[in-house]
Amino acid sequence: MSALLAVSGLSMRFGGLLAVDGVSFNVERDQVMAIIGPNGAGKTTVFNCISGFYRPTTGRVVLDGEPIDGLPSHQIARRGLVRTFQNVRLFKNMTVVENLLVSQHIQLVTNLWSGLVKTPGYRSAERHALERAAFWLDKVELLALANREAGNLAYGQQRRLEIARCMITNPKLLLLDEPAAGLNLQETRQLDRLIIELRQAHGVSVLLIEHDMSLVMGISDKVLVMEYGRPIAVGTPAEVRANPEVIRAYLGEA
Amino acid sequence: MRLYPLEALAAAVLTAVLTIPILGIDIVVDGPRITLTGEALPVLIAMAAVFVVRLFQEPLKTAIGWVRMDRLLPSPERMTAYRPMILTGLIVMALIWPFTVSRGAVDIATLALIYVMLGLGLNIVVGFAGLLDLGYVAFYAVGAYSYALLAQYFGLSFWTCLPVCVALAALTGCLLGFPVLRLRGDYLAIVTLGFGEIIRLLLNNLDQLTGGPDGIGNIPKPTLFGLEFARRPSQEGGVTFHDFFGLNYSGGDTVIFLFLLALALVLFTLFVINRLIRMPLGRAWEALREDEIACRSLGLNPTVIKLSAFTLGASFAGFAGAFFAARQGFINPESFTFIESAVVLAIVVLGGMGSQLGVILAAIALTVLPEVARQFAEYRMLIFGLVMVLMMIWRPQGLLPAARPRLKLPQ
Repeated sequence: MSALLAVSGLSMRFGGLLAVDGVSFNVERDQVMAIIGPNGAGKTTVFNCISGFYRPTTGRVVLDGEPIDGLPSHQIARRGLVRTFQNVRLFKNMTVVENLLVSQHIQLVTNLWSGLVKTPGYRSAERHALERAAFWLDKVELLALANREAGNLAYGQQRRLEIARCMITNPKLLLLDEPAAGLNLQETRQLDRLIIELRQAHGVSVLLIEHDMSLVMGISDKVLVMEYGRPIAVGTPAEVRANPEVIRAYLGEA
Repeated sequence: MRLYPLEALAAAVLTAVLTIPILGIDIVVDGPRITLTGEALPVLIAMAAVFVVRLFQEPLKTAIGWVRMDRLLPSPERMTAYRPMILTGLIVMALIWPFTVSRGAVDIATLALIYVMLGLGLNIVVGFAGLLDLGYVAFYAVGAYSYALLAQYFGLSFWTCLPVCVALAALTGCLLGFPVLRLRGDYLAIVTLGFGEIIRLLLNNLDQLTGGPDGIGNIPKPTLFGLEFARRPSQEGGVTFHDFFGLNYSGGDTVIFLFLLALALVLFTLFVINRLIRMPLGRAWEALREDEIACRSLGLNPTVIKLSAFTLGASFAGFAGAFFAARQGFINPESFTFIESAVVLAIVVLGGMGSQLGVILAAIALTVLPEVARQFAEYRMLIFGLVMVLMMIWRPQGLLPAARPRLKLPQ
C-alpha cells in the first residue's frame, strides 16, 4: 500500500528567499512523524504548503493517492488533512462545545429549509453532533468545561481543545504545529498520551513539528530534520540522534 | 478642582475665528442687491459655550464619569432572561395600539417597522457575519422596484410579487457578493458603497423602464386574501374589504391593515433569523467572523459562508422593499440614497451588533424620534451625530448588546 502522505521535491520561494528547498518525505499509515530543526528552518512553511495555506512553488503533495497541491485549504481539510496552529486559533468567543460543532459543519448536511422548519432529520443530526462533541471533550478531559467560553480556558486546555476540534472531523492525517509549546511538564505528558491514543484507537496518522525533544523522541516513528529549508536527515529517532549532521546543526561545528 | 482660564480663553478665540465665516456673516437679499452683514450674537454664544466647557473641563469630566450606562441598562446575561417577556409584551402592545391612536401615528409606526426589517436584515451581514455593507439600500431598491415594475407591466399582485422580489434581491446580493467577498473590511465597505450608488443611478437613468427621477406611481396596495382596501374595487368584479364585512368605508382601515401586515412581516423576519442563527450556518458565520484561517483549516468554505450571509441579508432588504413600494404607492430613486444605508447601519450599530431586540429598539427610536421632534428638524443630523458620539463613549457595544443563543451541552 502506498504512503498516506507523499511529499516530493517541495520548494517554496518568497521573492529572493528560498524558505523550503527540495523537501521530500512520506508519512505512512498509523505512523507518527516529527519534523524538527532550528527556528526558521522552514518547518511551518512546509506545513502551510501541505495544508494549502501556501501554494508551493514546485513539488507534489499526494494524500492517499490523490494529488492535493494547489487545492484551496478548505478542500484539503475535507479530504482528511487537518491541522493545528503554532499560536492557538480557537473561536475564542464561542463556547467549548460550539467550537466542536463548527468543525462538524461539513458533516452536518443540513439545508436551509430543514433548519428553518426543524425537520426530524435536522434535530437528530444536531443531537448526534452534540454527542460526538461530548465524546471528544471527554477524550481530552474538557467535558466539565463544555459550556465555558473557549477564550477563558487555560493555555494547555486550549491546545487540547484545538486537537479535539481537528479530530472530530475524522481526519486521516493530523498536522500538529508545536503542540507542546507553552505547556508545562505535566501537560506535555498528557499530550504525549493523547497523541499515542489518537493513533492507536482512532487510526489517525500524525505529522508534528516540535522542539520538545523528549516528546519527539518518545512518540515518533520517524523524524525529519530540517535546516535552512533543506532536509538534512531522516530516520528513526535513534538514527537521527546519532547523525553527525544533526549534531552539527543543533550544537554547532566542533 | 483645577480650572483652565487660559486654555479656555484661547479656545474661545479659536472658536471665534472658526465660526465667524459660518455663523457671523449673514447674507441679506434685498431685491437685486445682495449684501453681507455681520451678526455677533451666534458667534458670542458659541464662544461662551466653548469657554465654559473648557473652563470647567475637569469637573465636567468627573460628572460624565459618574454616568455609567451599564448600570442604567441591564447586562447581556440578564437581558436573555427578560427577552421572551419583553417580546410578548411588545407584540401584544403592537396589536392593540393602532386601534387607539391617530392615523398619522400608525403610519409612522409602519415606517418604523420597515426599518426594523431592514435593520434585522443588515444585522445578518454586519452583526453576525461581520461584513461591513454600506450599500444595503441597493437591495432595498431592487425589492421595491421589482414589485413596482411587475405590478406596472404585468399587473401582478403584491402577494405574487413578494417571493419574486425576495428572490431578485437575493440574486442581486449573490451576484454582487461573488466577486467582492474576497475583499475585507474597509475595501468591502467601499465596493458596496459604490454598488449602492450604481443601482440608484441606474434607476435614475433607465428612463424608459423605471421612469427615471419621476419614479413609478399607482403601485397597488396589498390585499387581504383578495379583498381590496379601497372605496371602490379597482377591477370589475373585485370585492373590497368594507363591502365584504358590511362596514362603512374608512381610509384608516388601510393604514391599520398596512401596520398589521408590516408587523406580521417583521415577526416572520424575526422567526427566520432566529432559526438561522441557531443553525450550523449561523454558527459558521460567527466562527468566520472570529477566525477565517481556523475555519479554512477545518474545511469550511469561507466564500460560500460569506455569500450566504450576504444573500440572506439582501433577501430581507428585498422583502422590506416590496412592502415599502406597496405602502407608499409611489417610489422614485430619491428614496434609495446613501443616507438610507447609513441610517440602517446606524440602527444596527446603535442597537448593538448582532442583537435583535437592540436593533428593533434602535429602529423605532431612529424613525419615531425625528417625527416627534419635528420642530427640531434642522438639527436632526446634528443630534444624530451627537447621539452616535455619546454612544461610542458610553456604550460602544450598543444599547442592548447581543446575547447570542449559546448551545448548551446538557451536563
